Amino acid sequence: MPPSTDRPQAQKVPLRPGDRIFSGASTGAGVLILVVLAGVAAFLIVEAWPSLTAPAEDIPGGKGVAVYVWPLLFGTLISAIFALLIASPLAVAIALFITYYSPRRIAQALGYLIDLLAAVPSIIYGLWGFTVLAPLTVEPANWLSENLGFIPLFAGPPSATGRTMLVAIIVLAVMILPIITAVVREAFRQTPRLHEEASLALGATRWEMIRMAALPFGRSSIVGASMLGLGRALGETMAVAIVLSVSGGVTFNLISSANPSTIAANIALQFPESSGVAVNTLIASGLVLFAITLAVNMAARAVINRRKEFSGAN
Amino acid sequence: MPTPTTSQRPESDLYTPLSGVPLTAGQLPRGAAPLTLLVVALAALGLWQFADWSAAACAVLGALVYTLLIYVWSRAVEGSRKATDRFVTAVVTCAFLLALLPLISVVFTVLSHGLARFDTEFFSYSMRGVVGEGGGAYHAIMGTLIITALATLISVPVGMLSAIYLVEYGRGRLAKAITFFVDVMTGIPSIVAGLFAYALFALIFGPGVRMGIMGAVALSVLMIPVVVRSTEEMLKLVPNELREASYALAVPKWRTITKVVLPTALAGIATGVTLAIARVIGETAPLLITVGITSSDNFNPFDGRMATLSVFSYYEYVNPGVPPQFSLDRAWAAALTLIIIVMVLNLIARLISRLFAPKTRG
Repeated sequence: MPPSTDRPQAQKVPLRPGDRIFSGASTGAGVLILVVLAGVAAFLIVEAWPSLTAPAEDIPGGKGVAVYVWPLLFGTLISAIFALLIASPLAVAIALFITYYSPRRIAQALGYLIDLLAAVPSIIYGLWGFTVLAPLTVEPANWLSENLGFIPLFAGPPSATGRTMLVAIIVLAVMILPIITAVVREAFRQTPRLHEEASLALGATRWEMIRMAALPFGRSSIVGASMLGLGRALGETMAVAIVLSVSGGVTFNLISSANPSTIAANIALQFPESSGVAVNTLIASGLVLFAITLAVNMAARAVINRRKEFSGAN
Repeated sequence: MPTPTTSQRPESDLYTPLSGVPLTAGQLPRGAAPLTLLVVALAALGLWQFADWSAAACAVLGALVYTLLIYVWSRAVEGSRKATDRFVTAVVTCAFLLALLPLISVVFTVLSHGLARFDTEFFSYSMRGVVGEGGGAYHAIMGTLIITALATLISVPVGMLSAIYLVEYGRGRLAKAITFFVDVMTGIPSIVAGLFAYALFALIFGPGVRMGIMGAVALSVLMIPVVVRSTEEMLKLVPNELREASYALAVPKWRTITKVVLPTALAGIATGVTLAIARVIGETAPLLITVGITSSDNFNPFDGRMATLSVFSYYEYVNPGVPPQFSLDRAWAAALTLIIIVMVLNLIARLISRLFAPKTRG
């Protein structure tokens, strides 16, 4: 076709079939993700429903779903919150070390090293906690219950095997450390260079520079990252399932052998041998876990994203 | 108070020009910190070797003593601000070293326990009819590979297309919602993903169903958000000039994306996908409740239970036979295989991103 010079001015770009198919497919994939997330909630509700309507005697334990889930929920919350209390200060310190203290050339390699902690499968943390960490805590737990027994957390009697809530908390803390570190490091990396240099130029020591320039800038990221870590710790399954010796009571005692289980660990332990309403009950407990982690994660992302809009990075 | 400047009194004592107020503060000698550290470390080593203290106690005590020592010394010589700085440096370094301990301990433990059965029989036999000694994880390794491959097959197209939508097409509230919920989805507990797959298939096939494909679906739920995030990051790095040059040559948008944008970002996308695979290949919980375990070969993901490496390791560990040692050895060997696979995948990912870095400007 010869090139025409009298083309109408407002001619629209022709919509080729390839374009239509491609944009349709990619939009569809995006929508599919939302559908899957909604589907997770919907299918869990559908499968949990029989346990909510079943008479209380049919639920394992014989006292209804709420009574069944409550100790598990308590165990989940207590293990995750204590793990967070250990992990988040440590993670901030590690992020500071990698960003500001380590030699510049190996900083990235050190970051990879911490990321490797996240790569280790959770089952291996479980085996490690059971074999290595649990025996190590027996003696300190004895000491704690003898000398600090008046604190309810260390009331004892200490477990002889070490398969206690304390070990579960430490393992969880190790597992959520890398994710908190990664987010906080990202925030520190975006601290405006000029703020740092200005404070150093005014004679601040390195710590004063961090306190006045980096920490205020990264504060909401630290909060968001901690909540992400909390979400991880709430849902962590296999490590807790292997490490914890469970008896189902609600107790703050961290070093005895009678511990409440967590929702996730309980599902993993009970599901393969369950049938009928028991399965529905487990799915109902999973629904509770899903709701909690969803809320925590949404709050975390909202906090992190709000920071992103006001940060000097963009 | 008017203070005389140094230029008016050039002949005076260099260190106290302001009538006795020193201009320079005291400073610890060069290398004071490493030297103190060395002395403390030697002392701790001595305690460990000769006084028979436990290694952990010596390390903790050494770190505490060093922190205290350097703080007090620096406070006496340099003042409180410098002392606080040195104190924080010591604390932060200790925190980092503390975090390395579990990593080293995990790798050492898995290696020392796992090498006992890390032999050819382990990689060529299944557990069919095996009681006690012998047997292997061939069926579990194949199961892990099949299920992970299926999950990758589901996740990569969906994840990449979603990322393309977010970067190339997405505007307005739908794109915002997808970005937000992809982030939220990365936080879904793996066991909930497993329950989702179970609930989905139980509605179709009836309760108690176990299939390999269910595990693949569960893993996809965990994998898709990771693929989306990494692909999105990489597509954003592709310079806009490339797209505009392509449009200027009247290339349609979809061909621009497939022929210009994707090839430019391919290395980064491959890295992201490899890391996503590494993340899900070690998952246990969702496979435990959707795929179950079997002791014989089953390589058909649409028919009944399959064995996977992580679940195999779990069951060998919690249900050992009598004597338990053979079973425990298999569990550790499976764990070692798993950790090697994950580490190799991580290494490959780093290599890809190092060797084929995206060609951005500047």
